[in-house]
Amino acid sequence: MGGHNSPEDIKKETRTYLLVFVALAAATVLTVAVSYLDLTTPQAVTLALFIATIKGGLVAAFFMHLLSEEKFIYAVLVLTIVFFIFLFVIPIGTYADATGEHFTMEGVEHGESEAH
Amino acid sequence: MEIPYTVEARPDTGLYNAKMGIWLFLASEVMLFGALFSSYVILRTGNPDWVQHPMNVSLATLNTMILITSSVTVIMSWASLRLKDFAKFRIYFLITLLLAGGFMVVKGIEYNQEFSQGLFPWSDNYMGIYFTLTGLHGLHVVGGMVVIAYLLGPGAKMWKTAPEQYVNRVESVGLYWHFVDLVWIFLFPSLYLL
Amino acid sequence: MSSIDEQHPEEVPELSEEAHAGVHHEDHGHQEESFIWKYIFSTDHKVIGIQYGITSLLFLALGFTLMLIMRWQLGNPGQPVPFIGNLLGQANAPGGIVLPEFYNQLGAMHGTIMVFLGVVPLAVGAFGNYVVPLQIGAPDMAFPKLNMMSYWVYFVGGMVMLASFFAPGGAANSGWTSYPPLSVAVATEGQTYWLIGMIFLITSSLLGSVNFIVTIVQLRAKGMTWWRLPFFVWAQLVTAFLLLLAFPPLEAAGIFQLMDRVLGTSFFLPSGLVVSNQILQVAGGGSALLWQHLFWFLAHPEVYVLVLPAMGIIAEVIANNTRKPLWGYKPLVYSIIFLGFMSFAVWAHHMFMTGMGTVMNAFFQITTMIISIPSVVILTALLITLWGASIRFNTPMLFALAFLPMFGIGGLTGLPLGLSPSDIHLHDTYYVIGHFHYVVAPGTIFALFAGIYYWYPKVTGRRMNEMLGKIHFFASLVFINGVFFPMFLQGLAGVSRRLYDGGATYSHAQGVLEWNAFMSNSAFLLGLAQLPFIFNFFWSIKKGELVDSNPWQATTLEWVATTSPPLGHGNFETMPVVYNGPYEYSVPGHDDDYLPQNMAPQEG
Repeated sequence: MGGHNSPEDIKKETRTYLLVFVALAAATVLTVAVSYLDLTTPQAVTLALFIATIKGGLVAAFFMHLLSEEKFIYAVLVLTIVFFIFLFVIPIGTYADATGEHFTMEGVEHGESEAH
Repeated sequence: MEIPYTVEARPDTGLYNAKMGIWLFLASEVMLFGALFSSYVILRTGNPDWVQHPMNVSLATLNTMILITSSVTVIMSWASLRLKDFAKFRIYFLITLLLAGGFMVVKGIEYNQEFSQGLFPWSDNYMGIYFTLTGLHGLHVVGGMVVIAYLLGPGAKMWKTAPEQYVNRVESVGLYWHFVDLVWIFLFPSLYLL
Repeated sequence: MSSIDEQHPEEVPELSEEAHAGVHHEDHGHQEESFIWKYIFSTDHKVIGIQYGITSLLFLALGFTLMLIMRWQLGNPGQPVPFIGNLLGQANAPGGIVLPEFYNQLGAMHGTIMVFLGVVPLAVGAFGNYVVPLQIGAPDMAFPKLNMMSYWVYFVGGMVMLASFFAPGGAANSGWTSYPPLSVAVATEGQTYWLIGMIFLITSSLLGSVNFIVTIVQLRAKGMTWWRLPFFVWAQLVTAFLLLLAFPPLEAAGIFQLMDRVLGTSFFLPSGLVVSNQILQVAGGGSALLWQHLFWFLAHPEVYVLVLPAMGIIAEVIANNTRKPLWGYKPLVYSIIFLGFMSFAVWAHHMFMTGMGTVMNAFFQITTMIISIPSVVILTALLITLWGASIRFNTPMLFALAFLPMFGIGGLTGLPLGLSPSDIHLHDTYYVIGHFHYVVAPGTIFALFAGIYYWYPKVTGRRMNEMLGKIHFFASLVFINGVFFPMFLQGLAGVSRRLYDGGATYSHAQGVLEWNAFMSNSAFLLGLAQLPFIFNFFWSIKKGELVDSNPWQATTLEWVATTSPPLGHGNFETMPVVYNGPYEYSVPGHDDDYLPQNMAPQEG
């Protein structure tokens, strides 16, 4: 849990919160600023998600005290992230690997399976 | 009959019940928003005719700042409560509530703008995803507002009758609130900037 | 129910120090509660478990009846449904003859009701809620009010589902799988009710799963270490994680489909779709397969939700009636955890026919083959437990024993479905229906019967009648195989599922059509076979043989640490302390052939 109840500890935490706030605000400005750069889509996506991950990480680590959380919570979150990755990567994989072109007429145009 | 570990942490897990509960709930929310984001990626990359309408980036940026600020005020309210300063807690907590309300107002203005431009959920899948993602997120904001209002109002009695449990409740709500902020942090660039 | 009448809410259970922590007292402490708070909106896990039990059994009966109507049509095509034919409504069955449109509704609702309103609420909501806190030595679930809400949200969801039958155009009719574009562009209003109902049910499930996990992790009694947990509790824990993490994508999908239907969005509708000779006036650009991914991401773990609590029940009953420890308790636990994990990685074996490429196809075949391993380990360990055992052939044990080969058949018939070359032939045929019914019907439902006969004395303080139980068992076993085994034959011949006429218009089906009447007659006889059970269930409440707190001489806490029925709020006179493993039967040197979990070791 985020520190014990001694007033000094809590006041120190408060400083951290304000620092994180400043960082988050700056990162938000940065997020908008880089969106005006002339980047390719993959570059833009990577950069935007990178900054978002930093921001999200700050919120999680300091506001949600994930840095000092218990093992059980870490375990649940790791498990969740693994399944999240399945959910993200695998469906896109099935589209990418699919027979035929784009999916706008999926299932309507081609019913052949590739299995021999 | 008392349920053990409602207030104090169980030694081997280091957690009190509500804290474990809220994190588990947040794990399920990660899967929910994960499914929504995954669907967004699939729909967008799979459709060569995808239209990315220009959105109101200024309002969305304002909303991002509002939510980030509200995350700070909610954690400041919890810190105040742990310092036993109920008055300060109430102020920070109330500001959080007001900021949340402000977020919804800005959202309302945004939606109105889109409607007046003839952009509705059924206009195309970009608008569909946009309204669904921000709509669901907005519902979560409202849900948080309801709980915060309860804890400020009728629920505040617990500060007198069971202060430690009240602090735990505030902490749990705070965790939920940060998650709502976190989702928006990813929503904002995904929907508005990319 | 008499069991609740016999409880004494004024009793003040002695609580351990841990339980006394905190100044706060629940307001339903020890005063007389009004009827509404005591029974309707009770926060006591035992009452809630019974609520779930009664509601889910009623839904099971309804789902069974829907199936009987379907099977009547399949076995006696074009004939008016006897007895209730004229009650089905002119729009559904003019002259009592089931219309194809109504048949589709029956099919969709039979599946939905059985899975979401029947089996899971019974296995998890009823058995889980009632037994888990008792077995871990807890006074209740971690969040009693949340528990109460879970039940009522389930109830509302069930009512919405039922209401769909009365919507214009009837109930949902696009299968329990609700695939677009059919479910969006063609299905009638009932489909919207289905989606709304599902959202309630998913919410109920999510609230419940949080409760189960926190309860099992946090509220175990002193000495109840992880390796002393009854296998039933492990099963419920893994199940809760499945529900927690797999359901949300379906919630997202349900919202998308609801918006497609109600708001005219096109998340699942491709461009240029033509329905009834007209181009659909939607923006398009959506993907029907996206629904399938999101649906099956949940629905595959869901089938393990259907089976894991059943395995848990079987393990309890088998250990108890063999008077031996479970063989391979640790491998059982590791297997069930691995099974739960893998269940998130196999879902697209339901989508082999959707045009996936060879890489993804191979991936899912591999994961599907891998997931069969822990199931086999579990079944084998339970089988080996029987070796050298002093088997007591009481009714719960008969159902538990039957579960093993029945689930074995179900599991083995899954293999050709999980391999895509054979699945090309078998997909969407009756083989699939045979496969999944074997695992759920003579599989899970038999396990649930075992659980009812086993725990009935704990809930009511009386036994169910053994003779009636045995009649119920043998008749059910024979007729249930009569219903489902021929499905493999029909499926291999190529008869498609969801056909209102059972394949009559297809030449490849002609050779196996005769099985339709046979299966239908078996189904009716199966229905009759339930009558001794239903009678027994109600009769025994008042007239069953009275028992003490541990009639089965079991080791686990629900039997050894509390009365039958258990004490009111708080369950235990004093909070139990655990010293022993869950299945210490026939311990050398110990007088009795069972060692209760809470029996302290003897000195000297």
